[in-house]
Amino acid sequence: MNSRERILGRVRRALADAPAEETPLSRDYLREHGQRTAAETVDLLAENLADYRALVHRCGDRELADLIMRLLAERGSRTVLVPPGLPPYWLTASDVTQVHDRAASTAHELDRVDSVVTGCAVAIAETGTLVLDGSPDQGRRRITLVPDHHICVVRVPGQVVSSVPQGLERLDPARPLTWISGPSATSDIELDRVEGVHGPRTLEVILVGEN
Amino acid sequence: MSGTYLGMPAFPAAAREAVGNATLRGNLRHATHTIRAKRAKAVSEVSDWAELREAGRRIKDHTLRHLDRYLVQLEESVTAAGGVVHWAADADEANDIVTQLVKMTGESEVVKVKSMATQEIGLNEALEAEGIRAYETDLAELIVQLGKDRPSHILVPAIHRNRGEIRDIFAREMSEWGRPAPEGLTDTPAELAEAARLHLREKFLRAKVGISGANFMVAETGTLVVVESEGNGRMCLTLPETLISVVGIEKIVPAWQDLEVFLQTLPRSSTAERMNPYTSTWTGTTDEDGPRNFHLVLLDNGRTDTLADEVGRQALRCIRCSACLNVCPVYERAGGHAYGSVYPGPIGAILSPQLRGTGSEIDASLPYASSLCGACYEVCPVAIDIPEVLVHLRERVVQGGEVTRAGNKVVLRPAKGHAAERAAMRAARWAFLHPGALRTGQRAASRTRRFHPRSLPGPGRAWSGTRELPPVPAEPFRDWWQRTRGGKDGDR
Repeated sequence: MNSRERILGRVRRALADAPAEETPLSRDYLREHGQRTAAETVDLLAENLADYRALVHRCGDRELADLIMRLLAERGSRTVLVPPGLPPYWLTASDVTQVHDRAASTAHELDRVDSVVTGCAVAIAETGTLVLDGSPDQGRRRITLVPDHHICVVRVPGQVVSSVPQGLERLDPARPLTWISGPSATSDIELDRVEGVHGPRTLEVILVGEN
Repeated sequence: MSGTYLGMPAFPAAAREAVGNATLRGNLRHATHTIRAKRAKAVSEVSDWAELREAGRRIKDHTLRHLDRYLVQLEESVTAAGGVVHWAADADEANDIVTQLVKMTGESEVVKVKSMATQEIGLNEALEAEGIRAYETDLAELIVQLGKDRPSHILVPAIHRNRGEIRDIFAREMSEWGRPAPEGLTDTPAELAEAARLHLREKFLRAKVGISGANFMVAETGTLVVVESEGNGRMCLTLPETLISVVGIEKIVPAWQDLEVFLQTLPRSSTAERMNPYTSTWTGTTDEDGPRNFHLVLLDNGRTDTLADEVGRQALRCIRCSACLNVCPVYERAGGHAYGSVYPGPIGAILSPQLRGTGSEIDASLPYASSLCGACYEVCPVAIDIPEVLVHLRERVVQGGEVTRAGNKVVLRPAKGHAAERAAMRAARWAFLHPGALRTGQRAASRTRRFHPRSLPGPGRAWSGTRELPPVPAEPFRDWWQRTRGGKDGDR
């Protein structure tokens, strides 16, 4: 008997005298916490992102390229990673060297890049969370991990939901997902929170509205 | 479970030593009180906490009730997504599978995400014996590994260490394992974290094999979920070519939607955050993004035995948030090492004796490592009635009875250490059945009360070593009643 059969047999014997199912699962918890307008939901996202020490910026679509240029310049970045489907106009104002997200690039090569700019799949206001799903404007998971500076662009209010349940139902589980709530952090030393252990130490979020 | 902790003394002996260590007590008190207060605030932010908790309990109970079905479904969906599923009945088998998988890659080192399952089976030691070096990459696990220490908390394994101790460990040990600590390293948390970042980054960037556990596995979609804070998890899950995940069979949830419950309750219960900084989900393999090879090792190792116990099986609902540790007055004073297992605190006190059986001295003592105050049940996000299981396991230890071990029903003999307790209970039973003898005995006890010792001799010494003997009243209750009420009911 192989271990698969052994384990399944043990499970079935263990459950032989278990009572039949009690009442069916009721999902009577809330789909979102509180009533908010779309604008208030975006405000809450901004507030919770900032509370987790992400740097939040807001602008209209026409100012986006200038803002990205300014953020890269303030940081002194000389190279920026670019996912294949990033709208080209986002980086037109900036003369920083663009490094393209290629499957063949090594982790060491990624480690030498200063910044990365991506879009996102959805943002969750109640928890201050950005979710990336590997779409062409977000690229491979590792490009938002190895560089130390991540600029993530969120379209508001279209990409923003209130809650975790609302976020989950927008996502495709077949894609690899990365949920990001603030920069990398640890509380392992006397529970003092320190930003940036292994992931990006600086997370900047741009909330882009229509002009 | 593995032999990592074999030879541990019973809980009372280990706890006595820990309680005498003032530094340890200070570190623990600071940590547990800080996180306790933060958690209460994080939970109060969601008005439907009770409903989320109940939904979590029901999802887990439903999954356990149909675990065979969901395991088969999970296997199908992971396989369809490009993963390979392996089944491991016990720790040795799991370690063998992982060792073989690593050897097939030709690599001799692996990077690890913090994982309770791999600690439980002693994977690092098993790999070491085969010439494979496993690097822990969670900061707290790194502190434990470099310090040749054992984890003492589920969430923050180095909770028993303060910053000065951590600085000394880094300065002394880092060079043995790779990049040395920077010259003149101070004990500020930011500098210590930076030293860990530099030390580990060189390992991440060259690693070809990653090993992880998982917080959840979704049967419907074949998706695995890891929640973490530092990004070391993301490094191990996405940079290597081969990913091996060792996961207990109880970690299944049926549907994608079920995650909406646990992704709300887990972070708030564990780190007291609205959401942990990073959550990664992956479903098999994805072309040109992340590992090319994915292996899932489904681990039993005592879980089906636990499932067979109708009171104890609720322990399998546990999502390893560690909230019960942070509120426990016993854990706060004794620390995690006294529990002799990778699972300390209240959940460890019910999980370890079920996964390993109550055969050893330490496992037989764990159901007593509690004051039964119930705080652990109050905070548990999946409503595990830990006090109920503790009492159930105490009964098993004292009386023995039928249990399941490695899938077979066996009859357990009463534990040795409890002969005096059983004798006392038998004597009490006889006395209560013989009112005359009880009355005579009570009067004799009252009359001799001034000569009673403060502690018990012989086999009772251990019992009275940690307790005050209750003083005997000057007059038995029944005599007092006769004297003051004349034995008559009524005139109230």
